[in-house]
Amino acid sequence: MNISTAYSSGRLTAFFSGELDQHEARGAMRSLEDLLDAYLPRDLVLDLSGLNFMDSSGIALIIRVSRRVKEMGGRMWIENPAKQPRRVIDASGIDRLIPVATNSIS
Amino acid sequence: MNAKNYIKLEFPSKSSNEAFARTAAAAFAAQLDPTLEEIGDIKTAVSEAVTNCIVHAYPETVGKVRMRLRILDGDVLEIAVQDWGRGIADIRKAREPLFTTGGEERSGMGFTIMESFMDKLRVRSTPGKGTTVTMLRSILSREKTR
Ligand SMILES: Nc1ncnc2c1ncn2[C@@H]1O[C@H](COP(=O)(O)OP(=O)(O)O)[C@@H](O)[C@H]1O
Ligand SMILES: [Mg+2]
Repeated sequence: MNISTAYSSGRLTAFFSGELDQHEARGAMRSLEDLLDAYLPRDLVLDLSGLNFMDSSGIALIIRVSRRVKEMGGRMWIENPAKQPRRVIDASGIDRLIPVATNSIS
Repeated sequence: MNAKNYIKLEFPSKSSNEAFARTAAAAFAAQLDPTLEEIGDIKTAVSEAVTNCIVHAYPETVGKVRMRLRILDGDVLEIAVQDWGRGIADIRKAREPLFTTGGEERSGMGFTIMESFMDKLRVRSTPGKGTTVTMLRSILSREKTR
């Protein structure tokens, strides 16, 4: 999987693409930690519109990152999950902890 | 039950095989003409079961994982994933949402996701001997739902 970013006025958006499973999760976590350290954003947005596949390893990663962002005093949410990640998010119930937004623009 | 078709795959418990296993399962299931959502569900369930072998069954070693897929009467896909690893002492506890022995890299939602994406989930395990997870999912072919 790959993570690209956009930053503007305190908000860092991380665009996930490819597939997020246990094999990919450790590297993804390291990338996100590096990005948080580099940008010190107020808000972190995980844009999952380009993510083709995610399993419960992705759920663990999202929970870990959101904990990290909270420790920094920031907010985190998920945007535009593709269909398969959306079903995994719904089945896991993390949408009760982490907001999931769907924008019409993307 | 009679199997109309089947495959068996055996591979070492390396995390790079997770993507291969779910892709192979999706390719085999394609003969049932599944919807995109059904393909996604199959890939997810296989990824969960195979990841558990890699992470939990053989935490410190590389061991053997076997995946068997069968097509049963009535367009039912059966997925069986077997390991010869550590095994599970308390299966009921292991299947509870959020239960994990894997630390912060795991969510404890694997069995919950397998259960919600498949019609049936059976777990057989003997501590020290290994685990077999068997799942059933009936596929409504796109032709029939059209
Ligand atoms: N194949 C297996 N071999 C040994 N233990 C397993 C296996 N599969 C699952 N488990 C146990 O069941 C627990 C729950 O599994 P699961 O719901 O997939 O959550 P997670 O993988 O996130 O821990 C695991 O933490 C582990 O203790
Ligand atoms: Mg698991």
